[in-house]
Amino acid sequence: MSVSSTPIRRWTPPGNWTGRVVWLLLAAYVVYAIGQLDFNASRFITGIDNGARFIGRMIPPRIVQPDALAKGLIESLEIALLASFAGIVLALPIGLAAARNLMPAWVSWPARALIAAARSFHPVIVAIVFVKAVGFGALAGICALVVASIGFIGKLFAEAIEEISLKQVEAIRATGASFMNVICYGVLPQVFGRFIGFATYQLDSNLRNSTMVGIVGAGGIGGTLFSAFQRFDYDFVAAILLSIIAMIMLGEVLATWVRGVFLGRERVEAE
Amino acid sequence: MTTTVGSGAALSIRGLVKEYVRGKRVLDGLSLDVPASGLTAIIGPSGTGKSTLLRCINRLVEPTAGEIVFGGRDITPLRGKALREARREIGMVFQEYNLVERLTVMENLLSGRLGYTPAWAAWRRKFPQDDIERAFSLLDQVGLASFANQRADALSGGQRQRVGIARAVMQNPRLLLADEPTSSLDPKTSVEIMALMRDLGREHSIPVMVNMHDVELARRFAERIVGMSGGQIVFDGPPEAMTDEVLKNIYGGASWLS
Repeated sequence: MSVSSTPIRRWTPPGNWTGRVVWLLLAAYVVYAIGQLDFNASRFITGIDNGARFIGRMIPPRIVQPDALAKGLIESLEIALLASFAGIVLALPIGLAAARNLMPAWVSWPARALIAAARSFHPVIVAIVFVKAVGFGALAGICALVVASIGFIGKLFAEAIEEISLKQVEAIRATGASFMNVICYGVLPQVFGRFIGFATYQLDSNLRNSTMVGIVGAGGIGGTLFSAFQRFDYDFVAAILLSIIAMIMLGEVLATWVRGVFLGRERVEAE
Repeated sequence: MTTTVGSGAALSIRGLVKEYVRGKRVLDGLSLDVPASGLTAIIGPSGTGKSTLLRCINRLVEPTAGEIVFGGRDITPLRGKALREARREIGMVFQEYNLVERLTVMENLLSGRLGYTPAWAAWRRKFPQDDIERAFSLLDQVGLASFANQRADALSGGQRQRVGIARAVMQNPRLLLADEPTSSLDPKTSVEIMALMRDLGREHSIPVMVNMHDVELARRFAERIVGMSGGQIVFDGPPEAMTDEVLKNIYGGASWLS
């Protein structure tokens, strides 16, 4: 057969019409929403002017109440650490129970429902509930952040377990190991690195959230910040914001150090 | 069939059936006796149920019907603790080694003792001194003495399989199963691994059952070869009896034999 007699076979990539329609709908909705929310340039420009005046009053920062600042920061730190510890300890068994590759459906579904419930609300909303339940102060903040930690760590931990290699688990089962030993040797070593990652990230996140729950009266620096705002002490507000930034950065350093201690060289390959 | 029935057998399989999908038999009423010593190779085309057969023996796969007599009793109805106690007497070596990658070589070896170790002790890595000494002497035997504290994922394929074999022997098993232990290895390493399994089996008087694809390797190391096809045994005999005619019967076709 000669080459010239072979018909040319054309190929076009398959088009994704559903995808195009979705993009179009999204664009239409953005235009509609901008109109609805009275989002226009003149308001934005006035806003910039206001913002400039506000920032002007913040400079120079001034520590008006050093005692309140120190107490707030220390309380925030305590809330974050205690909530992270309790939250992680509680999230471990719940996350394990939620892993569908290791647990039967009647165990994993309730655990997944619990995790979903813990993730449904922002920590501030949960904090409002706990302020009503246990009263003003750090305990309400701790409870709120424990709930948030269970939601976050529980979900990620369950997902990490669902991605492990079952070959390693099979080998440990084949030795006649009990369920606890299979978890301890076949499962945990495979997820330990990622777990340390989640835990330090959660500590970081709790540190940030612990500065906020105070706004609704659940303890920490947030309360101090809120009252400074209400007194128009913008220079003190600036001082508080700067100390929060310093604390968050310190937390970041701490988290990196913890990862280094537990993971060593593994950190590089895990990320 | 040239099988030894009765007290001489380490394992006695009767009418074993496995269906993953109802009505489709992967193992079709298979019967087999494994003597108390020596290396038995199981050969056969891919998908004929060799892996399923091994996994039915230690119940990583649930048999659909049939009996597996091991240690003087049928182990197919066992559950829970009784099943785990039966399992710990059966060592298993895997094609892809199945080491716990992030644990050290020593921890992988000691994991062979998990069937005998309470959870709290295992968690703290508190194994009896006997186990630790046994692990060190096995590491010497497989030539990895200096690797005790290396992580398993730092080893080569051949080294990993040595650890896999040592882990299985750590169980002090009364039967050693190996599911295509050399299929991921180069020819030289394959020979070394087969020799290691044969020698350890002899030294610790453990009967060894090996699934394999390499017919020549089976001829060289096995005292007995079992040929499977279509979920049934179609050949059972010494390596000398395995002629081209037999291979044709097991694998089908003839062109590949020339």
